[in-house]
Amino acid sequence: MSERDVVITGIGLVSSLGEGADSHWQVLSTPGQAPRIDAERFAPYTIHPLPPIDWGQQIPKRGDQRQMETWQRLGTYTAGLALDDAGMKGDDALVTTMDMIVAAGGGERDEAVDQSILDAGLKRNDREVLLNEKLTTELRPTLFLAQLSNLLAGNISIVHKVTGSSRTFMGEEGAGVAAVETAAARIRAGQSTHALVGGAFQTEHPDMLLTYELGGFLHRKRWKPVWSRASNDGGGVISGSGAAFLVLESRAHAEARGAKIYAVIQDVASGRARRAEGNLDEAISGLVRRFDLPAEKMLAVSGASGAHVATGAERRALQSAGNFALRGFSSLTGHLREAQFPFAVALAALAVKNGASYPAFDAENEAELDGAPKAALATAIGHHRFEGAALVVAA
Amino acid sequence: MTKTTDHLGRPIVAITGIGVVTSLGQGVEDNWAALTAGRSGIHPITRFPTDHLNTTICGTVDFLPSSNKGASALTYELAELSALEAISGSGLSTNDFGGPLFLASPPVELDWRDRFSLYDSANHDLPPYERLLAVAREQLRSETFESTQFGAIADRLSDRFGARGLPITLSTACASGATAIQLGVEAIRRGEADRALAIGADGSATAEALIRFSLLSALSTQNEFPEKASKPFSKDRDGFVLAEGSAALVLESLESALARGAKVLGIMAGCGEKADDFHRTRSKPDASPAIATVNAALADAGISADDIDYINAHGTSTPENDKMEHLSLSTVFGERMKKLPISSNKSMIGHTLSAAGAVEAVFSVLTMQNGVIPPTINYDNPDPAIELDVVPNVKREAEVRTVLSNSFGFGGQNACLVMAREPG
Repeated sequence: MSERDVVITGIGLVSSLGEGADSHWQVLSTPGQAPRIDAERFAPYTIHPLPPIDWGQQIPKRGDQRQMETWQRLGTYTAGLALDDAGMKGDDALVTTMDMIVAAGGGERDEAVDQSILDAGLKRNDREVLLNEKLTTELRPTLFLAQLSNLLAGNISIVHKVTGSSRTFMGEEGAGVAAVETAAARIRAGQSTHALVGGAFQTEHPDMLLTYELGGFLHRKRWKPVWSRASNDGGGVISGSGAAFLVLESRAHAEARGAKIYAVIQDVASGRARRAEGNLDEAISGLVRRFDLPAEKMLAVSGASGAHVATGAERRALQSAGNFALRGFSSLTGHLREAQFPFAVALAALAVKNGASYPAFDAENEAELDGAPKAALATAIGHHRFEGAALVVAA
Repeated sequence: MTKTTDHLGRPIVAITGIGVVTSLGQGVEDNWAALTAGRSGIHPITRFPTDHLNTTICGTVDFLPSSNKGASALTYELAELSALEAISGSGLSTNDFGGPLFLASPPVELDWRDRFSLYDSANHDLPPYERLLAVAREQLRSETFESTQFGAIADRLSDRFGARGLPITLSTACASGATAIQLGVEAIRRGEADRALAIGADGSATAEALIRFSLLSALSTQNEFPEKASKPFSKDRDGFVLAEGSAALVLESLESALARGAKVLGIMAGCGEKADDFHRTRSKPDASPAIATVNAALADAGISADDIDYINAHGTSTPENDKMEHLSLSTVFGERMKKLPISSNKSMIGHTLSAAGAVEAVFSVLTMQNGVIPPTINYDNPDPAIELDVVPNVKREAEVRTVLSNSFGFGGQNACLVMAREPG
């Protein structure tokens, strides 16, 4: 135990399952949960849609809400949940000195404008002139900012006054891994005392599905748990809308203000396997072996995406590297891309804090695990690139 | 023996390699010659038609093989070229660099050419949302897929140069280049690495990017004389000029640099940041976040405002930025600000967005090394409300031991670097 241990003192979660750390714990710790999915709207693709959200609860000004597309609004809202949960919301002394790292995508474009350009383009040879003509007249001027990657952090600064620093990492699941890893490393080294870290993903936009499907990654048939998707049913990924934000603090900082502590992030490991060379299994087991793991069977909250190569490699690697009871939460939330790793760390912390493992999300493929976990592994193996894992232990 | 730790006992971070590409040319030598000659790289747009556009000038990099191949391809090539120059100069291995990579680059999007091309194969009996998706699943296009992945450029760069671990791609808008450097500095100070590669690269000057900034009234529309359009701190400044470029810095613990006998080009002495919560594009009227950023960088470097010899301005040539930058600096530096030399590289190269902080850090190093301050060109009509020594129009020889370099961006982003010629 050290004053510079990285402790989690606030968790904000939103997914198709609902909102809030405690409500996610309640839902996920009840056996036999059915996924909440929409298989119609983007057929043949299934998605896990956002739950109903009263945005005003975390973003009081309607003017602020209007300045954001759904993805930014979702992230800003969830960041507010995390700050509330940590008892920091509205505490100027704390938020104005708070560091922030957001894992962001972006590019929530205006579907109607794009569609009108594509349709007009079918009849035009001068498509570049057409672009100028349409974009200069039809784009909403502030849309650029409402979809811009670093403006999720920007809106968190405006709405929640988090202004100690503001950094945005990009790069799918790896951005979420690097965000947590960097924030934790800074706290451990005394470069930071408290930080807000997380990400959001809003999948309900054709372009968001397209960024997976250009690589052939989406599952196209009836919903199945993440471990059970066959390659003749598509690429294996079912995506979801959701977000996860964590408040991280040094133990000294958290204790000095009497904060409740969920768990400690003991260690984070990340990597960039050269997957084309076929070494992903080894790379993943190598990440996990860096941790000081307990001997007994352990909870592994897996961010497996369902993508065939990465998901198969993760399953094999965790079988070889230790004694894990896997819980692939994407079965129930869908793949949350940049938010995947913060979400995994949050679920690991909730299990450690509540002294119970989750029941199997997929009884055919996930082993039983009884008893109170003292530690849990969290993983996010990118559907296409980059890998990360964290060891979360009891406070 | 040289001291290798700083005022807080942390490893001193040396700069042992630099590389740069801008509209002025490729490489440190060509850029520095042009920059000190007061030459502008701003020109009429030829990459795409300018019909219907209010702004028809830019500082794009048009001389590379990827210049017409879309933002992802060009951003990669820009990054690769500057990194190759920086690593080669440092004497480290160009295929086994062995340190982490921090890449500041623009957010990626499916290029319009690809979007049109997918749509040309689309089945129009399908509902609109599914048309591109159906083409995507039927004819996998790995190059198009990669161009939409935010982590792809850094992944390729890691392969190319043998960088270590998970590379970080970041955006803090127009402060990104400075943030990449800050992340490298922090990693070395934590003892995680002896060396780090920080790159800022931006090849995203597409028609849509130009239109987006134009719709926010951020761009100069003084199209008639392109080389005169970027006029930081002038009374008739009317916006920035969209530009491209890249720069790379090899950051290395001074201890490691000395141990291998590397040439130390400068010291990255301090970094500061502070976010603004006022507005998405405007700064707090009292400039307090920018002031806090400058003060944080000075404190991190362990020096006072009096120790700064020169300021490399953010100096975008927008009415708002230059006013706010002046207010923040005159608050920190007081009366001395009227005499302290400050110049804006953007007067010649335009605003290279994600790359700007890194490009300007490289030029700051060159300023110290050569004892020459590049000018602010187009300073023919000073803004009387901004009383500064902008090193107008002509370079100046000067002893420069320390530089403060500012970067400010949309979304309340503020980052500031302090560089020194010598350690301690």
